Amino acid sequence: MTLTIPTFSLASIGPWLTLSLGAILILMWDALCAKGQKSFFAEISLLAVAVAGLQTYWLWNKTGTDFARMIYVDNFTFLFYAIILIGTALTVLISRHYLEDYDKDLGEYYALVLFATVGMMLMAASAHMIMIFLGLEVMSIAVYVLAGLFREDVRSNEASLKYLVLGAFASAFLLFGMAMLYGAAGGTLYLDDLAKRLADAGTLMKPLTLLALGLLVVGFGFKVAAVPFHMWTPDVYEGAPTSITAFMAVGVKAAAFAAFARVMFLAFPAFHVEWNMLLWVLAVATMTLGNVVAIAQTNIKRMLAYSSIAHAGYLLVALVAANQLGAVSILYYLLAYTLMNLGAFGVVILVGRKKDSYLSIYDYSGLGFQHPGLAVAMSVFMFALAGIPPTAGFVGKFYIFSAAVQAGYIWLAIIGVMNSLVSVFYYLRITVLMYMKPAEADLGPVTFTPGLTAVLVITAAGVLLIGIFPGFFYNLAVNSAKVFPGL
Amino acid sequence: MLPILSILIFLPLLGVGVLVFLDPKNHKTLKLFTLGLSLVEFLASLPLWFSFDHQTAAMQFVERRAWLPQYGISYYLGIDGFSLLLILLTTFLTPLCVLATWEDIQHRVKEFMICLLALMSGMIGVFASLDLFLFYVFWEVMLIPMYLLIGVWGNPARRVYAAIKFFLFTMFGSLLMLVAILVLYFYNGQATGTYTFDLLKIYGLSIPFHMQFWMFLAFGLAFAIKVPMFPFHTWLPDAHTEAPTVGSVILAAVLLKMGTYGFLRFNMPLFPEAAYYFVPLFSILALIGIVYGALVSMVQKDLKRLVAFSSVSHLGFVMLGLFTFTMPGIQGGIIQMINHGLSTGALFLIVGMIYERRHTRMIADFGGLSTPMPIYATIFMIVTLSSIGLPGLNGFVGEFLILLGTFKTNPVYATIAATGVIFAACYMLWMFQRVMFGQVTNPKNENLKDLSTREIAIFIPLLLFIVWIGVHPNTFLDKTKATTKNFIAMMEKAKGTKVSLSQVFKGEAR
Repeated sequence: MTLTIPTFSLASIGPWLTLSLGAILILMWDALCAKGQKSFFAEISLLAVAVAGLQTYWLWNKTGTDFARMIYVDNFTFLFYAIILIGTALTVLISRHYLEDYDKDLGEYYALVLFATVGMMLMAASAHMIMIFLGLEVMSIAVYVLAGLFREDVRSNEASLKYLVLGAFASAFLLFGMAMLYGAAGGTLYLDDLAKRLADAGTLMKPLTLLALGLLVVGFGFKVAAVPFHMWTPDVYEGAPTSITAFMAVGVKAAAFAAFARVMFLAFPAFHVEWNMLLWVLAVATMTLGNVVAIAQTNIKRMLAYSSIAHAGYLLVALVAANQLGAVSILYYLLAYTLMNLGAFGVVILVGRKKDSYLSIYDYSGLGFQHPGLAVAMSVFMFALAGIPPTAGFVGKFYIFSAAVQAGYIWLAIIGVMNSLVSVFYYLRITVLMYMKPAEADLGPVTFTPGLTAVLVITAAGVLLIGIFPGFFYNLAVNSAKVFPGL
Repeated sequence: MLPILSILIFLPLLGVGVLVFLDPKNHKTLKLFTLGLSLVEFLASLPLWFSFDHQTAAMQFVERRAWLPQYGISYYLGIDGFSLLLILLTTFLTPLCVLATWEDIQHRVKEFMICLLALMSGMIGVFASLDLFLFYVFWEVMLIPMYLLIGVWGNPARRVYAAIKFFLFTMFGSLLMLVAILVLYFYNGQATGTYTFDLLKIYGLSIPFHMQFWMFLAFGLAFAIKVPMFPFHTWLPDAHTEAPTVGSVILAAVLLKMGTYGFLRFNMPLFPEAAYYFVPLFSILALIGIVYGALVSMVQKDLKRLVAFSSVSHLGFVMLGLFTFTMPGIQGGIIQMINHGLSTGALFLIVGMIYERRHTRMIADFGGLSTPMPIYATIFMIVTLSSIGLPGLNGFVGEFLILLGTFKTNPVYATIAATGVIFAACYMLWMFQRVMFGQVTNPKNENLKDLSTREIAIFIPLLLFIVWIGVHPNTFLDKTKATTKNFIAMMEKAKGTKVSLSQVFKGEAR
């Protein structure tokens, strides 16, 4: 018996290798170096991310599959790589000072962040259900640990455990769904084969297929925090270290949406009408619950947690639309969301100070005239999250609702914009507190570290620039969305 | 040729850039700088007036640059007779507003001036945009500085409430408009094959009536809230009353006009059949606004609230005039927009000045002010008369033309509207009498200082135009004549569609 090893090119997974190497290097350094020495973990991580970014750039415009059709090598994948890498880089930048405060500037933190990033990229590239599962687990397990980084903190423990238990449950759903799909489709889990096997109505309407689809939606719904699978989100977001909350809100969501979109657009296009109604309901429920409950929050992290649920809802609208523009808007919106959300969390870390002692939204009172720069940045992020021009958030929402209208879902678009209106209320409240309320107490000095300052400047400028000049990223996204010719 | 409109939009933003680096403690420099900049802006806007060709209805001073060409979005500016006057009103009032802040605004001056300039840029952008996307961006952007003006510098007790209410009300309407814009965009794309946000290209599109119906309502809601028409006016008294003087002036003089302008520029030409269909509804709402605004003004105890409610009444006149689709009605509507900007702007300034002196706006706290403040009394009198439409002053021209236009189309409406003029005389004159005439009953009012030179200087240009429009309105009417004619011709084509509501709901109406 001869065993043929299919040809593959390591270059097509170059970014993963770089990040993994970086992570291993950090772990080795951490193990071998004496305690108390100055560490360069953040620098190594950033370097690894930069190199991975460069490799992604070199890969750009390649098409096809690799590793025995297990992964896609296409622009949709690469744009997601870019979004995920930006998220990771910004997360690393906001982490250091925050971790030092807690005396937790540890090697494993950065290594786990890099590993999680690899998992995310894996999800974005998957061409096979098993790869999606692999990526999901690589990402999730790292994030479970990161959420519990503050071992001594009860809330952090709670976050980690809750995420782990519910996450494992959701993974099981996903896996179970895949198993059924394997049976329903007659023994394949390649996404493009699935599309062919599921093309006729007979196969589609088999209870097995429907069940498989339902379970897949549950699994993905959990990862993107869609209602009613969102229960973990507020507690986990609140309890986890703020930098990891940002990472979860941005990176995990982007990766899950990459896989979600790919599966829906590629494997089930013939099934469009059925899963659309399902997602329509999910989208409406997610937007509405996220936004309405966010109004009642007084903890800024919880507020942003619910806001992130709402944003998942907007992204689901784009999935429902299921057209080229929908795919484009998912990419564009995730990029915009990465910038504005990480920026907002950067401000949360800066204002939170000394072990997160200032996390109430009322701690932002009077910020506007005590720390004008910080408040302006926060306002930019808040207005962007609320979707007010001229920010990237507005353009992103504009694309999403365009996609919905184009696909004929006018009611969905109306519900969506009305949700934006609700969201304006709680985002606006932060600016009200910052500019229109006197400080409840002297805020005292805020330590601007180079990393955090850089994040705020980059994200605020980015949010405005890609809001005012959306053309470049629009073209990139259009180029990437071409991988779904069926839409 | 110089891109004047772009200069007008970006010069204030440039000013914001400079202001950021000025010393926040040196109020004088900040105010002088802003005053200088707004004067330059005004001078820069004058060529619009002098080079404007009033023979043609075509867009002038057109500028066009690709913005997001893949999506059919361009940076497309241009003005016609409608927007010309409103842009000039904006640039004319801003320096006066800066002057009015001299004593009024004493804290966070730098931030105030930044907001004021940003607002100016947004307002001109709204009036000059000919691309739906660009228009929407300006329309929303402008909310932020106004929201801050009310919320940060407003009356401490209720400013936050008023600011949020203002923001949410406007946002509510405009978000539905956004959906309608998208529907329109895709419909136009499918019908013509070119996907574009270019307003002029979409103008000629024949849209099925049931679509026009909904889109008219969606656009109309956004604009009706801004105007504000009854019953969407409830944000206005709060916003006006709580805003700082200058905020109220700009709000009344320019921001409200965006609503009426929106009807002229977008609603009516885009959905002409629906516009005709909705004439009764909007006319009746306008009439309710006229009478209701006047009656509510009459019972106000607070001067500023009285002026605010009078705006509801005056804007009702404008809307009534626009919905006649006749030459005098529309020309009167436009001139009345300017009149309201001048008169109500001046009234808010007048109220602001007395508030600076007495820190109260209650009518009952005053009485007999004409004795200690004769100049103030004179100016107040002229502005009051202008507001109630005394012949020879500007208000008369606008109201007369509107009534003329309305009478042609529907004498009943005109009769009801005419009562509004009488009510206006009642509440304004009664208010004036209680504040200015009689004996000084409150000893605190005995030694009030009369207007300073600066304050008089603010009013002179306003009074000049109040009289000018009153005596020789043709200077201004000429500018809008060609545009209005073209507009009416455009609307005339759509006249006579008979559709019932049930057809609309069934989607049968074509």
